[in-house]
Amino acid sequence: MKAMSQHGEVWVFSENKDLMLELLGKGSELAQKLQTKLAAVLLGRGVEKGAKEFMGYGAQKVYVVDNAMLEKLPSEPCISALTHLVRQYKPEIFLFGSTRRGKEFASRLASRLETGCVPDCTYLSIDSNGRLLMGRVVYGGNAVATQLCRVNPQIATVPSRVFEKPSYKEREGEVIKVDMKLEEPRTEVVEVKEIEAPKVKIEEAKVVVAGGRGLEKKEDFKILEELAETLGGQVAYTRPLCEDRKWFTDWVGLSGHKIKPALYIGCGISGVIQHVAGIRDSKIIVAINKDPEAPIFEIADYKIVGDLYEIIPALAEALKKLLKTG
Amino acid sequence: MLRIIVCVKQALDVTQIRADPATRRLITTDAPRKISDFDKNALEEAIRLKEKMEAEVTVLTATTEDAKMILREALAMGADKAHLVRDSSFENSDTLATSHILAEAVKKLGGFDLILCGEASVDSYSAQVGPRLAERLNIPQITYARKLGLDGDIVIAERTLEDRYETVKTKMPALVTVTAEMNEPRIPSLMAIMKASKKEIITWSAGDLNISKEKVGETGSAIQVTEVLAPKAERKRVLIKGESAAEVAEELAKALIKEGVVGR
Repeated sequence: MKAMSQHGEVWVFSENKDLMLELLGKGSELAQKLQTKLAAVLLGRGVEKGAKEFMGYGAQKVYVVDNAMLEKLPSEPCISALTHLVRQYKPEIFLFGSTRRGKEFASRLASRLETGCVPDCTYLSIDSNGRLLMGRVVYGGNAVATQLCRVNPQIATVPSRVFEKPSYKEREGEVIKVDMKLEEPRTEVVEVKEIEAPKVKIEEAKVVVAGGRGLEKKEDFKILEELAETLGGQVAYTRPLCEDRKWFTDWVGLSGHKIKPALYIGCGISGVIQHVAGIRDSKIIVAINKDPEAPIFEIADYKIVGDLYEIIPALAEALKKLLKTG
Repeated sequence: MLRIIVCVKQALDVTQIRADPATRRLITTDAPRKISDFDKNALEEAIRLKEKMEAEVTVLTATTEDAKMILREALAMGADKAHLVRDSSFENSDTLATSHILAEAVKKLGGFDLILCGEASVDSYSAQVGPRLAERLNIPQITYARKLGLDGDIVIAERTLEDRYETVKTKMPALVTVTAEMNEPRIPSLMAIMKASKKEIITWSAGDLNISKEKVGETGSAIQVTEVLAPKAERKRVLIKGESAAEVAEELAKALIKEGVVGR
């Protein structure tokens, strides 16, 4: 018989389903190393039916707090539920999805439990002492910091698409329904405006053609769109185009989307560190810029010093020709 | 009168950090310091509120460094008062410890209606100090606000989440964390800078706030940083040259096909 693990459980929570499954994948690996169980936490109203699916993706236990007060995941009721669960069942590791809501929940839970929380981890493993090693990008992409938390639970948040979604298998598990008195919400949501989601998420694009300050007019993005279309890819923007010029609303970079396409083509982008932090993990980086000193060339695989207005259409043309004949 | 506290962090200018190529260790000692970008948005919003109503804006920072420069800049932008909480025992404080220091400083300031913080700092980007501070002070909070308004003792903010904007209201005293979308921080005039240089900056030590050494620095922190290294940069850095745009484009296209990142 296998010896009972000394370690507390590994828990995962995210209100974002895809992210939850990715957390289950990584959580399962961590739980196996510690010879402990992996548990998912489900909060909401009428959510118990979701437990079965989480088990299929690796959760051996699912803690369910089913309460009408949790329906739209208001902060205080949710955080009080999480705090209650942790105090009662004492998990050793608790992973959250790095959505903005998830990050708020994780930091507030950590504050209530007087423990640490390492946000936006891109690396997680168990060290020789059985503690969670957490790696994250800091200093605007200039460094990766590896951190440990000496208090339990060790809380970390994980962005989308850092870890793989595990495969699904029909599995049994244990559902633990927990009832408790929840804190009243302290804020009131008076209006919700959905942000129209792009048809394809930029994180999912295999090829990204990004434009920066080197684009003179918003209309000039047509050139980039044509190239992206030729390659079956997507167009992306830098923060200055969104925040200073207000041309678009959604950018790639440290404070925006972080992407890792097979091919990234930066057009008229100088490559400030905040932008580079969002593209660093791309497989191949192409940079096109008039300025031979542009910092983006430092992190590029292929560098072209030239006018994007000439190069981009020519590149679309060349690719069309070669891909057709090749 | 509306009493606003803005928490600011003296951050490293991340664009000026270099790494030793041999060891991949960072060289941060000579990197310039500045007010963390989003904290500036928080401060700008506080000053705009002051321009609309009777309000007093106090800036607060906790650090081991002499952060008077950034507080002077905050005063020049329009803050009324500046408090520097500085103690060598704060070294290596994580967000758990930092929020404790700020909470004690806020208590010592004696009463407030609104605390504004940046959504995160530009150097460590953890987005935790604001939420943790509100928890410690046991006040409501609104994170990631892009718009802010007041109606009596009610604060109304529009939050940006990944898939939606949420308009949220709560009763003050409250804490709001601010995104860069909220405003464009002003650049103070020379006159304002001169005036600010004469204003007093109140400095408190850990002792002044009765902060126990056990609660701050490494002993007061849950998180221990074991290693900070520059990421490995292994890029090909192939320069593609040619007589014409068409020639350059063709050569690049061939390279990309060979890499297997385009087509099929």
